[in-house]
Amino acid sequence: MTFRGLALGAVVLALGLGPAAARDLTVVGWGGAGQAAQADILFAPFTAQTGLALQQESWGGGYGIIKAKVDTGDINWDVVQVEADELELGCADGIYEPLDWDAIGTRDQFAEGGASDCGSGTLTWAFALSWDADKLEGTPTSWADLWDTERFPGKRGLRKGAKGSLEIALMADGVPAAEVYEVLATPEGVDRAFAKLDEIKSDVVWWESGAQVLQLLGAGEVVMTAAYDGRLKMAARDEKRDFRLTFNQALYATDSWVILKGTPMKEEAMQLVSYMSQPENLSKMPAVLPYGVPNTEAMAMLTPAAASELLTAPENFGSALAIDTWFWVDNIEALSARFNAWLAQS
Amino acid sequence: MIARHLPDLKAAALVLPLVAFLAVFFLWPLASIFTTAVSDTEVSRAFPELGRAIDGWDGQAPTPAMQQALVADIRTTPQATMGDAVRRLNSQTSGFRSLFGRTQQAVARGTGPVDLVALDGRWADPLYWNTIRSALPPYTPRFLLSALDLQQGAEGIEVAGQSVHVQIFLRTLGISALVTGLCALIGVPFAMLMLATTGWVRNVLMASVLLPMWTSVLVRCTAWLIILQNDGVLSRILQTLGGLREAVPLLFTRSGVIIAMTHVMLPFMILSIYSVLIAMPKNLMPAAASMGANPIAAFRTVLLPLALPGIVSGGLLVFMTSLGFYILPALLGGGNDQLISSFVAEYAIRQANWPLASALGLILLIVTVVIFALYQRLSTRMAGA
Repeated sequence: MTFRGLALGAVVLALGLGPAAARDLTVVGWGGAGQAAQADILFAPFTAQTGLALQQESWGGGYGIIKAKVDTGDINWDVVQVEADELELGCADGIYEPLDWDAIGTRDQFAEGGASDCGSGTLTWAFALSWDADKLEGTPTSWADLWDTERFPGKRGLRKGAKGSLEIALMADGVPAAEVYEVLATPEGVDRAFAKLDEIKSDVVWWESGAQVLQLLGAGEVVMTAAYDGRLKMAARDEKRDFRLTFNQALYATDSWVILKGTPMKEEAMQLVSYMSQPENLSKMPAVLPYGVPNTEAMAMLTPAAASELLTAPENFGSALAIDTWFWVDNIEALSARFNAWLAQS
Repeated sequence: MIARHLPDLKAAALVLPLVAFLAVFFLWPLASIFTTAVSDTEVSRAFPELGRAIDGWDGQAPTPAMQQALVADIRTTPQATMGDAVRRLNSQTSGFRSLFGRTQQAVARGTGPVDLVALDGRWADPLYWNTIRSALPPYTPRFLLSALDLQQGAEGIEVAGQSVHVQIFLRTLGISALVTGLCALIGVPFAMLMLATTGWVRNVLMASVLLPMWTSVLVRCTAWLIILQNDGVLSRILQTLGGLREAVPLLFTRSGVIIAMTHVMLPFMILSIYSVLIAMPKNLMPAAASMGANPIAAFRTVLLPLALPGIVSGGLLVFMTSLGFYILPALLGGGNDQLISSFVAEYAIRQANWPLASALGLILLIVTVVIFALYQRLSTRMAGA
């Protein structure tokens, strides 16, 4: 089926019916309600201000996709929202255009890890323990409760992949947040994490996209799950659901905008990233999509009510753990291979 | 001479578009998959100096010449080439990325020699140097072996520590075979029913086969998501029929995947069988009955043998297509219901490990070709009998 699609695509291209050389600036987010919020707050005002029309696409991560686009020179994405490890990988591989921070002018406002040579941070998401209070009796307080199938019977949700799952397993096993990566750096620590995952293996539904996990939670397919905090709060507010979460032991990381190297629309892409790096524009995001933004000026502009919703609020931040980007940049292949082998065994 | 060969040339010219089509859309992609699966040039392209300096190294402590060759390579190799090499090395030995990131920064600061071991103690470890050396040859069986859970050990080929791919290949074959069997079980009676009816009833039956086929697989998948869910229609029906207290879990289980795959593939089986049966003379079954055969005997000795070519070709179609299923198991299955294509996607999309993705694809192709060859021998033997 794929082959036929490919062949058809090639024929269409050969006949010159493919996308014409002149196209709109293409911005790629992570889809769903999150991207809809970005469209309202960032993309539409940018178009109104500059007159540059934007074409939106969405993806769910995957370094192979953007690497292939740059390698083959078939660059139909310009500005892409990437996770921290994709940012580091791509910056090292040279597949992103270095940002012109002198022109953007806001580099010093960004929190640590928020601004880099290749990327401009746009939101800080957290994997938080989440549940539907309409369906679940009792209140889970830590990852250990995700393992407690006696007290909370039913399926649990975790994001498919080693990243995140192993940290959560170790914290559920009693490792303090601050020591998680120390433990995970040793072979015994990895064994320990997988042994802990073994305990709930038959109870886990593995989700892959932020929209999917909300659907699973909403339909009652899972009683508890690790979910993105902002998307969950947004769904709870807009769809009037009693979704709740705890920031205790939450894992967090920052997503950034990058520009793919070799894009024919580099100038326009740079304009868009610059627009999205200005605190007055960024500061409008959390009220709609309750994620923190890695820009201190923007955070200072938030109303106290909006700020208290976020992971970054002092009362929420206590035991949160930053995902160690470099740990995953180094170990993603080996641990993914092990995770996939583990998952495949029944 | 030319005049005599002209008809041949004309005939050749007629098939030329076909040959060109096959070359562009079949042979060329196949060749490129094959070369991707065995070529391993990233590291040798990025480290030309080190490639020479590491020649004849004893594999123990790294020599100063090797260290300075590495520094020279880091200075001259373009960033993109180096990035490819580092990804290749890190996929073999974890830690290369941060080691290189740090080294590249330090090397960029000056122009003179750099003390690598003082910079990062890991450079004293022969493991990293041995990894580079093992990745220097331009061709490698590493990815093909890894696709079969094997690796190159000190004493020839050995079984790798974690077995995953073979198990997934077997699962893919098993589920495909099961789906094929179920399709045949449902397809034969359905085709017979279509044959036995006329007029609008047959049209309705035909439409019930064709309409789902015209619907996107993704749409049908979403429909199954709703039907199979906890407290969904199917789960409730089974619960009531079985008099069970608990709902039957179907979503994210093997059963759910098989039900949905059977539904998606069923039209191909029914149409194959139907096209064979419709050509059968109508009076054969009454003739069998007039000779004293009861309906079961008539079905077994007359109809089934005649329908067999349809079942076999339909089965082949269903089986081959099922081998490549991706989205259905991904959305409806649990962690251990994934087929081989999900692993191809994982390596191609997530990890940008294209050689391993190609190797898995190649092995799947070989398995499919072998099965097809078996089918060919079987069908010629059947035709001869």
